[in-house]
Amino acid sequence: MKPRYSFGGDEHIFVEVDEEMSLEAFFKSLSITKAVRESQIEGVTEICPANASCQIKFDPDVIGPDDLLAKIQSLESAADEVEAVLSTRIIEVPVLYNDPWTHETLMRFRERHQDPNGTDLEYAARINNFDSVDAFIEAHSGAPWFVSMVGFVAGLPFMYQMVDRPRQIEVPKYLRPRTDTPKLTVGYGGCFACIYSVRGAGGYQMFGITPMPIFDPKQETSYLRDFMVFFKPGDIVKFKPIDRATYDKDVAEVEAGRYAPRVREFTFSLEEFQADIDGYNAKIGEALHGD
Amino acid sequence: MAIKVNSPGLATSVQDLGRPGYYHLGIPISGGMDRFALRAANMLVGNDEGAAVLEAVFLGPELEFTQDAMVAVTGADLPPKVDGDPRATWTSFAIRAGQVLSFEYLKGGARAYIAVSGGIDVPLALGSRSTYTLGALGGFEGRNLLAGDELPVGAAPAAAEGRVVPAELRRMPGSPAELRAMPGLYWHRITEASRRGFFEDTWKVALEADRIGYRFQNGHPLEFVDREPPFGAGSDPSNIVDSCYPYGSIQVPGGTEPIVLHRDAVSGGGYFMIGTVISADMDLIGQLQPHTPTRFVSVDMAAALAARHDRRALLDKIRSALD
Repeated sequence: MKPRYSFGGDEHIFVEVDEEMSLEAFFKSLSITKAVRESQIEGVTEICPANASCQIKFDPDVIGPDDLLAKIQSLESAADEVEAVLSTRIIEVPVLYNDPWTHETLMRFRERHQDPNGTDLEYAARINNFDSVDAFIEAHSGAPWFVSMVGFVAGLPFMYQMVDRPRQIEVPKYLRPRTDTPKLTVGYGGCFACIYSVRGAGGYQMFGITPMPIFDPKQETSYLRDFMVFFKPGDIVKFKPIDRATYDKDVAEVEAGRYAPRVREFTFSLEEFQADIDGYNAKIGEALHGD
Repeated sequence: MAIKVNSPGLATSVQDLGRPGYYHLGIPISGGMDRFALRAANMLVGNDEGAAVLEAVFLGPELEFTQDAMVAVTGADLPPKVDGDPRATWTSFAIRAGQVLSFEYLKGGARAYIAVSGGIDVPLALGSRSTYTLGALGGFEGRNLLAGDELPVGAAPAAAEGRVVPAELRRMPGSPAELRAMPGLYWHRITEASRRGFFEDTWKVALEADRIGYRFQNGHPLEFVDREPPFGAGSDPSNIVDSCYPYGSIQVPGGTEPIVLHRDAVSGGGYFMIGTVISADMDLIGQLQPHTPTRFVSVDMAAALAARHDRRALLDKIRSALD
């Protein structure tokens, strides 16, 4: 894992931490961006962590590109020394898998899909060697996920599951992107889950829908009044399968301004996680529901 | 209320110099695609250069003023009319309460900037009045204008009528348009022949060209250097583990049609990029019509910074000319 640097024109420095995805690469990206943010370098205007890379936007009239590059490189080598511990939060996201809205959409765009005769869930379960869709949903909702990037469109979280590589779910994107995706669709592409924050185009497989808004530019949703975007990189997400009745009840609660997502503070240690993945994930479950 | 929208044009939106600081959450900077023209329009009417204006694409709106104002139209050659009488572009002109501003058909360029003295006074959203339609954020109710909208205008002393940006200080793309770009990012993913070919080909602006990005067609498909797909990237040779996308970055899904991301960029995704259009030439992209022949010109950082300096110097000249 040797970071690769490139200028993105005269206003961006792009750091590819690693070509392939891993929690280590993601943590390295987080620690580089954290170090850059804390250094408060004059001329830096945007600091964007991504899954296994990061990007710094700057004003070259204020700081020379080579000066900033040298500065970031020195911060990166210092970030190597830091123990990977993260003060973060665990968030429970309810999901109605196999819901009628994504089902209607996936049928409408079936000719753009690898398997025109099934659903996205059936396809994903089959190519990942699960016996049934239920077993697939159990794996998808069983272990937690790291929000490894927020972006594409406003507030959309990319999530990477906190399991070892043999258990990672992988699915291709649609053969051709759809022109429509319901808002709050729980999607999947490559090794990443996502939640579509707004309605629009998309290429990820569609598994379900959450009743919980995650982006509200009007800031009317009770828990988005302080800020319109819910997720940030480093958040831990646990999906909770719900039925239609619970989904309807949650939607009504959201509309009444009473919905409160289950959120708990948590200190994550990469080393402890790697020593015992399942044990550590059980601890995350306890932190979420222990009280 | 100070401007009533009789007809909205094709996709007219409120824009200023944008909303930096939220790209890490997927909220792009937005703002005028041609910031050079936007600044000039504001200078002409005596506004702060970053005041909110209307950005009209291809087809102008029809606007009824309910208060007196000074107006200037810059950027695309979209000739304005007041109650049907022609007015010049890149020139300030007065409009009185009750009069209607409309436009002739587009004669050149793609986006006109309509500045009104006092600025379009929609509420600030995350520090900017720019419209980000994908996120329904900012501008007039988070969307492009519709007939019947009523736009507030700020109070400000207007500049004089008849102020002109001299023709030699206006900046528009030539034909073929030339966009200077710095190779980089995932440039190493394509073969030597494709690296040369990309800059030798004459591309053509596709119909899919908007505030998010501009797509180009008619060049040779890019050939990739072989690789074992990295975990998480996907099997297509143009896929990468989803990363951030710089503004101006040139992604080439499937190696066929380059897309240059613009002010409403998607902030990241899983397509490799071969380089980035330099900051000084981002304005020009906003003035490209579909089918415009376009060449990419390879430059290094020193040339990019020199071009950035030249653009700023040109704006300085406009400031002095209007003083």
